[in-house]
Amino acid sequence: MNDVPKIPRTVPRKSATFDDYTLSEIRRAAATGIYDIRGGGAKRKLPHFDDLLFLGASISRYPLEGYRERCGTEVVLGTRFAKKPIHLKIPITIAGMSFGSLSGPAKEALGRGASAMGTSTTTGDGGMTPEERGHSSLLVYQYLPSRYGMNPDDLRKADAIEVVVGQGAKPGGGGMLLGQKISPRVAKMRTLPEGIDQRSACRHPDWTGPDDLEIKIEELREITDWEKPIYVKVGAARPYYDTALAVKSGADVVVVDGMQGGTAATQEVFIENVGLPTLAAVRQCVQALQDLDMHRKVQLIVSGGIRNGADVAKALALGADAVSIGTAALVALGDNDPHYEAEYEALGTVAGAYDDWHEGRDPAGITTQDPELMKRLDPVLAGRRLANYLAVMTLEAQTIARACGKSHVHNLEPEDLVALTIEAAAMARVPLAGTDWIPGLTKGL
Amino acid sequence: MNVRSEALKVAPSVLTTHLIDLASASVRDLNTALHALKHDTNETAWRVIHPRGRHAVAVGIDAPISVEIDGNVGYYCGGMNKLATVLVNGNAGVGVAENIMSGFVHVKGDASQAAGATGCGGFLLIDGNASARCGISMKGVDIVVKGSVGHMSAFMAQAGTLTVLGDAGESLGDSIYEARLYVRGSVTSLGADCIEKEMRDEHKAQLHEKLAAAGLAGEVDVSDFKRYGSARTLYHFHVDNVSSY
Repeated sequence: MNDVPKIPRTVPRKSATFDDYTLSEIRRAAATGIYDIRGGGAKRKLPHFDDLLFLGASISRYPLEGYRERCGTEVVLGTRFAKKPIHLKIPITIAGMSFGSLSGPAKEALGRGASAMGTSTTTGDGGMTPEERGHSSLLVYQYLPSRYGMNPDDLRKADAIEVVVGQGAKPGGGGMLLGQKISPRVAKMRTLPEGIDQRSACRHPDWTGPDDLEIKIEELREITDWEKPIYVKVGAARPYYDTALAVKSGADVVVVDGMQGGTAATQEVFIENVGLPTLAAVRQCVQALQDLDMHRKVQLIVSGGIRNGADVAKALALGADAVSIGTAALVALGDNDPHYEAEYEALGTVAGAYDDWHEGRDPAGITTQDPELMKRLDPVLAGRRLANYLAVMTLEAQTIARACGKSHVHNLEPEDLVALTIEAAAMARVPLAGTDWIPGLTKGL
Repeated sequence: MNVRSEALKVAPSVLTTHLIDLASASVRDLNTALHALKHDTNETAWRVIHPRGRHAVAVGIDAPISVEIDGNVGYYCGGMNKLATVLVNGNAGVGVAENIMSGFVHVKGDASQAAGATGCGGFLLIDGNASARCGISMKGVDIVVKGSVGHMSAFMAQAGTLTVLGDAGESLGDSIYEARLYVRGSVTSLGADCIEKEMRDEHKAQLHEKLAAAGLAGEVDVSDFKRYGSARTLYHFHVDNVSSY
């Protein structure tokens, strides 16, 4: 018997296109007939602030002494028209998140943490709760397309009004709060039957464009006697034009939310495929403000994937006046904490990846309306954790600013930055590291 | 601010009407004066002349007063009204009485788009026609339109009533929740999940009540109306309903 040489087997190779996640999603879609809905922001790898580096001072720049020389962090929002601008001690705010999506204790914790650090929180779809107003020394009231729970008394109780046109996770899209989270209280606040899926509108019902927005803002100012700063929040998609139109419409503050910004619940395909990364939006917004000679006159808040003091410093260096955090704030409260690993596994996921916030079964008691789960979050302790986190972010941003020779974090500038990749250099309009090449703007050496 | 008081010719002599002339005073002056009023104010009668289509006239009122406006107004007149009666002796622009909470807004002429949008309570009466999206996202307001309404009226309407003595345009009640729609005339088409429903006694009683509130008691027969509301088939997303979206 002749020995037939064995043909070596090729190592099994999975497709980069049809990777494990993609295959599982195809199977899930085939089994259910409905797209996947989840919370959070884009999970795909995107050009981000990680792709930028600061140039600390040496000979050509002179640094400031850490922990000795003052580096200011305060910011004033709403200096254009509002009689009562908002004074924040730190340039980090808490982004809008709804009661309904979040539990009452979670909203309370956000208020406690933010107030301890002298910054603001923001309401969300569903209206203002007494707990939230009571625990937030500075509260921004979102005026949303759904107008769920919209009440002029709450407008007057707010410290600022944020007209939400869109958000980074879903520019152009509405939300979907599934029936599982519609408790009697949430249903009453939204004037809808209990237990039904609630669609949040994708557009404002009583205006259809920038000219109407201008008149709408005038109405809101008239109702509140021109006291409150009016923010306009857009999801990053066409940030140059949206910023320009927001300014034209009379905004005191423009908020731009990149696609890493979270949502309570929307389609996965939307979250991952619509909008611009935060990094790509910032300079376009700043450019629009500069072209209109409104930079620093209309303040810019940037949100979407802000995680640490370096992100804060980079956003400010690119021209933002403040940043907003949502997902990071929830993590600081205890969201996706490994402490609940076994329960995350029981839900078919792992700590760090749990995003089915719409199902209302959050083991951490944050994105739920289940009374038993809600009890798990101690709002005092969670508020302290958030305050600690905000303090760390602020200290980190100050440390970097001092190293760049800045006595205020707002003195950071694009010249303090370089990019690690051509993509980031082009988006942030800073030179590729080691060169003076800004793709699209300079020829380089 | 150009505000003056004058004795009402038809009212008791103790009652004075505060007159604001928007030819010389600003909308800001007007709203400032109205916002200063407390719930127990005696200054309950206000008259606004020469509005000339200005926006945000008499918005955010939170007092049981009467404001009569002589002329046409722009966007959002009577917006977010609480407690007050606002009478427009003319036409109203986009979003009249938007997000009204309580009280009464009465437009003697026609209204533009989104009349009564997102209204949470109170009563909006339009003697003429209303344009597209009348009652869009309404959340408890009662709206009576003596004329006709345009397309997509009561889109995503959550609660309250929309009564139309004339006709309704295309896609009436699209994606409606629990609002009740009463239409006397023709309906061009119904929107997604909106169906004609049985007019039971309770609905006739409700309609009669709304018509009476509009000053139409005895003038209109409730049996001339048809009722429309939600089929509730889209209250939970299901792939079998995908053709409806």
